[in-house]
Amino acid sequence: MENNISLTLKVWRQSDSKAKGGFETYKLETVSTDSSFLEMMDILNEQLVGEGKEPVAFDHDCREGICGMCSLYINGRPHGPDDDVTTCQLHMRKFKNNETITIEPWRSAGFPVIKDLIVDRTAFDQIIAAGGYTSVSTGGVPDANALPIPKDDADEAMDAASCIGCGACVATCKNGSAMLFVSAKVSHLALLPQGQVEAALRAKAMVGKMDELGFGACTNTGACEVECPKGVSIANIARLNREYLSAKLKD
Amino acid sequence: MKLDSRIPEGPLAEKWNNYKANQKLVNPANKRNLDIIVIGTGLAGASAAASFGEMGFKVKNFTIQDSPRRAHSIAAQGGINAAKNYPNDGDSVHRLFYDTVKGGDYRAREANVYRLASVSNDIIDQCVAQGVPFAREYGGMLDNRSFGGAQVSRTFYAKGQTGQQLLIGAYQALMRQVNAGTVEMHTRTEVVDYVIVDGKARGVITRDLVTGEFSRHFGHAVVMATGGYGNTFFLSTNAMGSNGSAAIKAYEKGAAFANPCYAQIHPTCIPVHGEFQSKLTLMSESLRNDGRIWVPKKKEDAEAIRAGKKKATDLSEDERDYYLERRYPAFGNLVPRDVASRAAKERCDAGFGVGTTGLAVYLDFKTSIERLGEDTIRARYGNLFQMYEKIVDDNPYAEPMMIYPAIHYTMGGIWVDYELQTTVPGLFSAGEANFSDHGANRLGASALMQGLADGYFVLPFTIQNYLADDIRTPRMTGDEKEFVEAEKAAKAKFEKLMSIKGSRSVDSLHKELGLVMWDFVGMARNKKGLEEAIEKIAAIKKEFWTNVKIPGSDKGMNVELEKASRLADFITTGDLMARDALNREESCGGHFREEYQTEEGEAKRQDDKFTYAACWEYKGEDKAPELHKEELKFEVVKVAQRNYK
Ligand code: SF4
Ligand code: FES
Repeated sequence: MENNISLTLKVWRQSDSKAKGGFETYKLETVSTDSSFLEMMDILNEQLVGEGKEPVAFDHDCREGICGMCSLYINGRPHGPDDDVTTCQLHMRKFKNNETITIEPWRSAGFPVIKDLIVDRTAFDQIIAAGGYTSVSTGGVPDANALPIPKDDADEAMDAASCIGCGACVATCKNGSAMLFVSAKVSHLALLPQGQVEAALRAKAMVGKMDELGFGACTNTGACEVECPKGVSIANIARLNREYLSAKLKD
Repeated sequence: MKLDSRIPEGPLAEKWNNYKANQKLVNPANKRNLDIIVIGTGLAGASAAASFGEMGFKVKNFTIQDSPRRAHSIAAQGGINAAKNYPNDGDSVHRLFYDTVKGGDYRAREANVYRLASVSNDIIDQCVAQGVPFAREYGGMLDNRSFGGAQVSRTFYAKGQTGQQLLIGAYQALMRQVNAGTVEMHTRTEVVDYVIVDGKARGVITRDLVTGEFSRHFGHAVVMATGGYGNTFFLSTNAMGSNGSAAIKAYEKGAAFANPCYAQIHPTCIPVHGEFQSKLTLMSESLRNDGRIWVPKKKEDAEAIRAGKKKATDLSEDERDYYLERRYPAFGNLVPRDVASRAAKERCDAGFGVGTTGLAVYLDFKTSIERLGEDTIRARYGNLFQMYEKIVDDNPYAEPMMIYPAIHYTMGGIWVDYELQTTVPGLFSAGEANFSDHGANRLGASALMQGLADGYFVLPFTIQNYLADDIRTPRMTGDEKEFVEAEKAAKAKFEKLMSIKGSRSVDSLHKELGLVMWDFVGMARNKKGLEEAIEKIAAIKKEFWTNVKIPGSDKGMNVELEKASRLADFITTGDLMARDALNREESCGGHFREEYQTEEGEAKRQDDKFTYAACWEYKGEDKAPELHKEELKFEVVKVAQRNYK
């Protein structure tokens, strides 16, 4: 049932990548519990614009949990207190009246802050560019049904492929490792015959790029899996390690 | 303005082959010296940019997002059509073509649609080769489901995330080209204008969304694939950043804008619930495969439900009105989107709506859960049900979902000829951004098909035919006067916005525009309302340009400034939509004029007067645009009233 709550927000403000940021505190009255977290941020921004202040910059786009654009570290958790959702799907019914909510950007060496709550995640694109694909060009490919693929493999590949590239796994990892993200892609493609051909090479190239970009090493804390909004499993990391090892053995 | 659709000679089924056999090509050595600019990284943009790169062209690709993978194609849930006929249920290229033209209410160009249907199978092959994890049967073969407006199962899908998987496939192909050095990627960069040299599109002016800096970029040809303009309505299923600015800029530079009034209202969205609402969430049309749509038969029951005194589950079978099954026994819950949307509105307007606002109908899975078991339903739609539950806080396995129509897709867009070239030579348009294939209504699972058809299998051919004449055109430096002037004009516009310093926030003005659009240019339109809308939009335009408030500065990142510049273009779009809707004195597909309906309330076309694409030419700021007509000739399809009964 709809309800209104009042909130105190402690929000990270930082004018650009070089500036030293800090927290600002804002009060919000009458926020409907039916609104989403980002709609609450809209209300805050509408209030700030009204006061002639600069609104809080935050990344968002689809607002339905699929584009991976939204982020936010909310009360110490990436994507906030609800499980298996992105920040845009988080609803205010998960918060209590008069609660203080702390909102920060992703904090990780791999993701420098651009402004306020917006960080630069282009490192993920660079990791994909290093090998996260099958090397086929447009045209000249066989019929889609030429190779039967066991349903279980296809389903498992789909689960790994549902990663939205949000970066919560990196943000929550004390080592700032991108292993869950990398392993999701390596698994997705390695599970399918079309991607199997390059699986070992791909693993090596992507892990190499990840290391080069300053992401930390994985020590199997499992925190990433807990915070992943899409339920990507750390079993993928084991598969990545196997592919990586087989690439090393071939060297 | 001359509209030449340049449809190749020969019988319909042979046109595309004839075109390819006779078109001009560019040899590999010359490709390296030719630059192509691609705006947008959705299905159409990414697939085009990746393919151009593979072919050896030098490509610059722009997106406003932080990564090409965020484009809104990613949110498409249901699936992608192809004429594979794997289920052996009688499908064929011809049938897919026919269904698409009929679904579009006979307002699309036959030759383009036929080509779309004929490359549809190649798309599926391509995506599988990329590793798109389509759903499969136990035997390992690809699975299909059925979708609105078709009597065959031809829709390929990847759970409820088909758009995501296809986009990731195209994105990966694109990143492979970035790695190979053929594509230069510009993220968080907005194209704010085009550069025209000697009548040809030769480049773009961009604004870096992080630094606020402007740059000039040259291309021998420019492809715009920036999606639709549904966000003119403020509330739509589009992503928050989706905008029609690249289209409006093209229009202002001489590209005809075709059929702006054709907007698709999707029947199955989560209903509006409050003033603070920022967007509407779509529930995939695939749900209509197993869900049954109904409202109470008796008004008293609807009233009791709205007042919270009764629940959906309190009503017995014979107290429910499965109005789609009642009105359209042949297609039932699977009628096309425009028909399903209007039927929902009709019931709600008549007082049978549910939910607290009365603007909702039920989508019920009870029968299917009884027939197939909850596990099967969960396997098919689990993520959609979860999404619904997170937003509405209701369990759709136990209680029926509540849905209502919302703006979803725009069939209108930049006019293109058979080669996907606009009326500005060298400027091409692909995907939802062009007007090409869906006529007045798009069938489900056809947007993904069109985006990828344009990008993978059409533009790579047709753009060569254009560029073949350009192999001796040297690269421009960006210091030519046309570039300098275009940049100056773009800068001036942003400075002007910053200088207004009024009192209204961008969102408040956008919401005002959205309400006018929904009330007067929405699901049902009439002459008086449209005339009123044009006046109201003019007033909003004036208010915007004199009273918008944008805090901060134009140096560095300024989200309000970005939104304001896009709203300025949405206002232009809104006006164009209303004018086009006023001109089109008939009902067809997504365009419903109350004056033109049959006795049963179905859309009534006026084929003798309106079998044309309405193409609008920009005539200058504050001047009425000029209408040009591309007559549509149907040589193969028999034009008839659509009948889904
Ligand atoms: S693995 Fe999960 S947390 Fe990491 S980027 Fe992908 S979706 Fe986000
Ligand atoms: S805004 Fe797209 S996932 Fe949250």
